[in-house]
Parts: sequence; C-alpha cells; structure tokens
Amino acid sequence: MSYAVTNILLVGVGGQGILLASEILSEAFMLAGFEVKKSEIHGMSQRGGSVVSHVRFGSQVLSPVVPEGEGDLLFGFELLETYRALPLLKPGAKVVVNDYRIPPPSVLLGQVPYPDDLLARIRSRFPEVLPVDGQGLAQAAGDLRAANTVLLGAVSRRLSIADEVWRQALERMLPRKALEINLQAFAKGRTL
Amino acid sequence: MKEILSGNEAIARGAFEAGCRVASAYPGTPSTEILETITRYRDINSSWAPNEKVALEVAIGASFGGARALVCMKHVGVNVAADPLFTASYTGVKAGLVLVAADDPEMHSSQNEQDSRNYARFAKVPMLEPGDSQECSEFTRLAFDLSEQFDTPVMLRSCTRISHGKSIVELGERRNDLPPPRLVKDAAKLVMLPGNAKVRHPLVEERTVKVSAFGDTAAFNRMELRSSEIGVICAGVTYQYVREALPEASVLKLGMVWPLPENLIRQFAAAVDQLFVVEELDPFIEEQVKALGIATRGKELIPRCGELSPGRIRDSFATAGVIVVPKVVTVAPEALPPRPPNMCPGCPHRGLFYQLNRANAYVTGDIGCYTLGFMPPLNAMDTCVCMGASISIGSGIVRALPAEEQKRVVAVIGDSTFLHTGVNSLMEMAWNRAPATVVILDNRITAMTGRQENPASGFTLNGEPASEVNIPELCRVLGIKNVRLVDPYDLEATRQALDEEMNRPEPSVIVTNRPCCLIKGGGRFEKGMVLEVDQGRCTGCKACLRIGCPAIEWKPDPEGNTGKAFIDPSLCTGCTVCQQLCRFSAIGGKR
Ligand SMILES: Cc1ncc(C[n+]2csc(CCOP(=O)(O)OP(=O)(O)O)c2C)c(N)n1
Repeated sequence: MSYAVTNILLVGVGGQGILLASEILSEAFMLAGFEVKKSEIHGMSQRGGSVVSHVRFGSQVLSPVVPEGEGDLLFGFELLETYRALPLLKPGAKVVVNDYRIPPPSVLLGQVPYPDDLLARIRSRFPEVLPVDGQGLAQAAGDLRAANTVLLGAVSRRLSIADEVWRQALERMLPRKALEINLQAFAKGRTL
Repeated sequence: MKEILSGNEAIARGAFEAGCRVASAYPGTPSTEILETITRYRDINSSWAPNEKVALEVAIGASFGGARALVCMKHVGVNVAADPLFTASYTGVKAGLVLVAADDPEMHSSQNEQDSRNYARFAKVPMLEPGDSQECSEFTRLAFDLSEQFDTPVMLRSCTRISHGKSIVELGERRNDLPPPRLVKDAAKLVMLPGNAKVRHPLVEERTVKVSAFGDTAAFNRMELRSSEIGVICAGVTYQYVREALPEASVLKLGMVWPLPENLIRQFAAAVDQLFVVEELDPFIEEQVKALGIATRGKELIPRCGELSPGRIRDSFATAGVIVVPKVVTVAPEALPPRPPNMCPGCPHRGLFYQLNRANAYVTGDIGCYTLGFMPPLNAMDTCVCMGASISIGSGIVRALPAEEQKRVVAVIGDSTFLHTGVNSLMEMAWNRAPATVVILDNRITAMTGRQENPASGFTLNGEPASEVNIPELCRVLGIKNVRLVDPYDLEATRQALDEEMNRPEPSVIVTNRPCCLIKGGGRFEKGMVLEVDQGRCTGCKACLRIGCPAIEWKPDPEGNTGKAFIDPSLCTGCTVCQQLCRFSAIGGKR
C-alpha cells in the first residue's frame, strides 16, 4: 500500500463500553494530527451480542472498515470475543486483552463449557499478547467502572502518541466528575 | 473547526448549516441518530412521527409552507413512505425537501437488504450518495440546493457503514439568507388531480434530463485518472473500498447515483481499457451503463448479496483473473459458542414468550425487541415479515384454518409498531371478526432502535411531556370487545389471560403493562429487589433456565454432582420471573 495506516480492532460484548473507548482512541488520533475513521454496528449490539469496532488512522484513511487479515492491534474486552476476532489480524499483530469472561447463552444454559485456555491459545498464534486484569486494576484505582480506561492505557503504550495528547482526548470525551479517576486508571494501564 | 462525526451526525450538521427548519422521522437502524442529533439544534423544529409516511408528509407540508425540510428513515421505511414520495416528485417543492434513506447491506439489523437507489429512479427524483462524514455534511447542503434549483425532492442515500462510521468533518455556519416561510397559493402545482398532474409529468421527465446534464460537469461527480488498464465506476462507501483494493485503478466517483451523467460516463469509458462497475447490492449503475451501449463488467464478478469490503473486491477481481494478489496467511476461523443478541435481564417480554411457548401458540410476530422471542430457549415466534404485519397476517391465517386450529393463532406486536402500522390491521380484524388473539407488548418506548419516545409514551423527541395514546381504549374504539391488561411479570396471570383469550372464538386483545427496563427517567421503570439462588435448596432442575435470562448461569459441579444455578447480582433487576418458576423456593431476595 502506498500510504501507512494503522488498524485497530476493539472487540467485546454489547454493554461493555467499547464505543466510548473507540471514541477516545479516535479523538486522540485526530488531536495528534492524523486522519482517522472508525466504524461499528449499533442496534443489535446493544443486547449483549458480540461487538467489533474498527478504528483506523494514518496520513490517509480510505475504507472505514479494517480489511480482513490486516488488523495491527487487537484490543479485547473479553476473552472469547478476543479469540473470535483473531482471523481479522495480520501475522505478528499485537493483542491487549482483558482477562475477563462473560459466558455466552449456550454456556449460561449449561449446554457447552466456556472454551478452555483461551489466553494460551491466543499466545500460541500471537506471542505479543498482553493480558490485563482490567477489573482488578480499576478496583485498585478506586472505581470498577474504569476498567476500560486501564485497558486503554495499556493499549496506548503500543501506539506512539504523546502523553499530553491522551490526556487531552480523555478530558474532551469524559464527563468532568469521572475524569480524575479515569486519568489514574489510564496511568496505571500505561505502565503495563 | 473540525470534529469527528458519524455520518448521521454529519447529515444533521449539514441540515443545520443548510438552514433546514423542520425535520421529521420514524426511527430505524441505521438512520435513527440523525434526528437524535438534530434535536440539539434548537433552530430546527424536529419531531418523531408515528411512521415514515406521516414523517414524509410532515416534511412535504413544511416545504409547501416555504421551509427547508428533512425527513429520515431506514431503507424499508421508504416502502411505507412511497405513496407521498411518488407524487411529491410531481408537485416539486416550495423550499428544499430532502429525504434520507439509510440502507443496510448485510442486514446488520434489518429484515431485508433492498437497494434504495431503485426508488430514486422509480420516483424520478435525484439521489446523492456520500462516501464519508465530510461528504454527508456537504451532500446534505447540496441536496437542499439542488432541490430548490430543480424543483424536486432530493434523496440522500446512506448505508450502515456511512451512517455509523465516524470521520473528521469541517464545521460551518448556519445559512441565514433564506426567504422566510409563508403561505403562497399555487394549486396548479400542488393539487395533483389528473388535469394538473398531466401538466406536471412532462416537467418531471424534462427535469431528469436536465439534472443528468448538470451532473456531467458538477464537482460531485469526479474522474480520477490513474492507470488506464482498469477503470471503475463506483459511489459512496464503495469508492473507499475500491481505492483501497485497487490503488492503481482509474475511478469515476459518482456523487449523484440518479440520474447518471451520461457524457461523463462515456468520457470515462473511452479513457480506460477495461471498464467495471463496483456497487453494493443491485446492478443499478451497471444496467444503466449497459443501456448506454457501453461494455462493462459488474455483477458477473462482484457479489449481489451483502456488504462489500476491500477484501471482497480484491478477491472478486482476482477470481475473475483481472488482477493477481499474493496469498496472505491468516488465522482460520473456528467454531466457537456464538453470542447472539438477547433480551435484557428484566425484559418484560420474556415472561409472555415463555407462556406463549407453553400454550403451544402459533405466533405471528412483528418487529422490535420482542422478535428475539424467536430465539431459544423461548422459541415462540412463527412469522415475521414487516412492521404492523403481525395482526393482519394473524387475521389472514385464521381464515385459512379449521376451527380447532384457529385458537392457536396469537399476534404479538410492540407499542411503537402497533401505532406505526398495526392500528389499521386491528381495525380490519375487528371489522371482519377474525377470531385471533392479539398481544400488544406495551413497554412504553420504542426499545429496539435505542429507546425513542412514541405517541403512547407521553414524551416528544425533545423530551417534552406530550399527549399519550390510551392503547386499550383505542382497541375498544376500533371495535374489539375483549380488551384486558396483564402484568407480564406475573406468569400465572399471563398464562390465564392467554388461555382465556385464545379459547374465545372472537377477536381479543391483551395489553401488557410493564415498561422497558432500560428506560431512564420519567419514573417509568423501577428496579425490584435483586434475587439470589439458595445453593442449599437448588436441586439443579434447570427450570429457571427455560426463560433464557442472561443473569442466570448454570454452573456444573466440580466434583461431578448435579450443577446449580447462580444469579449475577450485577445483572438481576428483580423481575421475579425465575422465582416463580422455581418449585423449591430456592430463589429469593438478596439479604
Ligand atoms: C418500516 C420500518 N421502519 C422502522 C423499522 C425499525 N424498527 C424495527 S422495530 C422498531 C420499533 C420497535 O418498537 P416496539 O414495537 O415498541 O417494540 P420494542 O422494541 O419496544 O419491544 C423499529 C423502529 C423497521 N424495521 N421497519
């Protein structure tokens, strides 16, 4: 390709706050001076279904959707959904995954077990995987609801964008009263 | 100033900047957020309509009154609005009139994937198709201008990837140089009796020719000459895919997909060796190009069904031998437990569908969250065609059946859907005495599309208090004698109501009265006491799993004994439906 574009995929379960995370990412890329496009499917995703959000940035971005097999960085909010998304990645892609399970309907009903060893199976294909205890670290930062921001912090380390830009993006996208706790959660993630 | 906006937000912004004064819509994915954004612009009078036909007529009225007007709907909404659309094409406008139709290739949340471009040609109105958020804003402004310049409604076609995709948009100021609205009598133009319409029709035909010629030189249709080996005609989001899949190819990017710029197409065809049309869904442009006598290839290599993507386009060209692409090795997909959408914990629809299943009902369904009653383990829906159809299909099906089977037929319909197009159907059922049972699931909101107000919910789009349709009274006025309310959280009452009404050899209506558990504000939904499973009492009988509540998880016993049910306290809303199913009193309030 004649231009450089970085492809990020955010995956998880409807209701986990994936849209907001992808919005903060996009805002940061715009503030850093890149062209950015993002795409996801609303609607059915609200009701606990699988969600995939695509964020692309670079000097020029055409398609809003990451072409299959071209994902550079996978940002997973849930283990099974992260594993499901692996075919979207290019060889050598980086994976940041929340070490967290949400059972799908067939598991809730006791029909099948939640798949085993997902983390190991992800690692065998993509050695550059970073598991993050998003919930645990968020609790330590003072608010369980900031789990996504911890993860975002971990993702941010894998992207070359200045601290100041991330800070600005968080300030613009989050309500003022939630800002302080989220900045702390972000800083925790950024050390991982 | 620059901002990242979704296509829908950018259309709203474009309408604001264009000086639009009135906006109307009925929600529908992927179009809904256009009006939800427009309500923030207080200079625009914006509101929900009960259905798309009414929404378009409100916009036509505003245009006749001299105000720029916008109307938005999903692709299937255009079917409902088609009647006024075709004749508004004849009357033309008094101020700009723009209809946004948002298509859903791939059917991410729709019942079909019809291609709205056919409507532009059929109704003889111009159609623009933006390819990113910046163009959504620009083309909306342009659509208002063209509408006035050529005296025609103008359609703007979006699709899921454009409406819900986000990209950077340059914001502008609102126009304030438009003439103020006022009444002007112009019956020869606006009263479409045969005598007047006969005068208007030839003007419509001339208009199409003029707009096509305008498109030959307009900046929104653009030729990008690169290699002459491959030339591709495309529009909208497909342009982005083509540029990415075939970076060396020459491209004719059409901003207007109807009418087509004939001369420009001829010019482009002459400039390239092999001509292709790449478009999602129907061979709409391809057929027109072929009708011009120009050789082109299109659907012989490009799929007709579903969305396109850079990968699909590259593969299609490679399979046809036009290009060679290196094989990339990626991870092969494998079979994993699926995660389909589900009714929320505490959803008031769940108990009703559980009882419909138990009653062995034949359920003529409709469109809304309750369509998920089709999914296991509820498995209680047998038909679903389009909004409003549940009642009329139920009314029709009982006519075909022997008496003993008639009583099994139950139509289910949501409050918003009932008021959209179900009222006429119920009128028919009462009038012609079709002995089916109708359940109106009144959850006080249009939940499926993200909780929009409707004529029975008591609020307007802007959140102002409003009149409320009294649904049971309305049913009575339509001629239904047997109308009753039931609490769908009360399983026994629900069972009894269904049993009695199904066995009644007359039309009857049951209205459920629990609000959607996601409604915030208005004092409509109140959470109950969170429940938990007493592990000592749970026998592992799995009865509580039969409602498919996402808050209840079956955990096998690690030692190999019978497993037990668990309730996730962060998800439980205390609806008590599972509690009523437990014969061992193992489910109770959390201390
Ligand atoms: C003609 C048409 N317009 C709009 C839609 C989008 N849509 C699907 S269901 C629905 C409304 C559902 O609301 P309601 O009937 O109240 O059921 P709920 O989702 O609240 O259970 C809408 C607007 C559609 N499918 N068809």
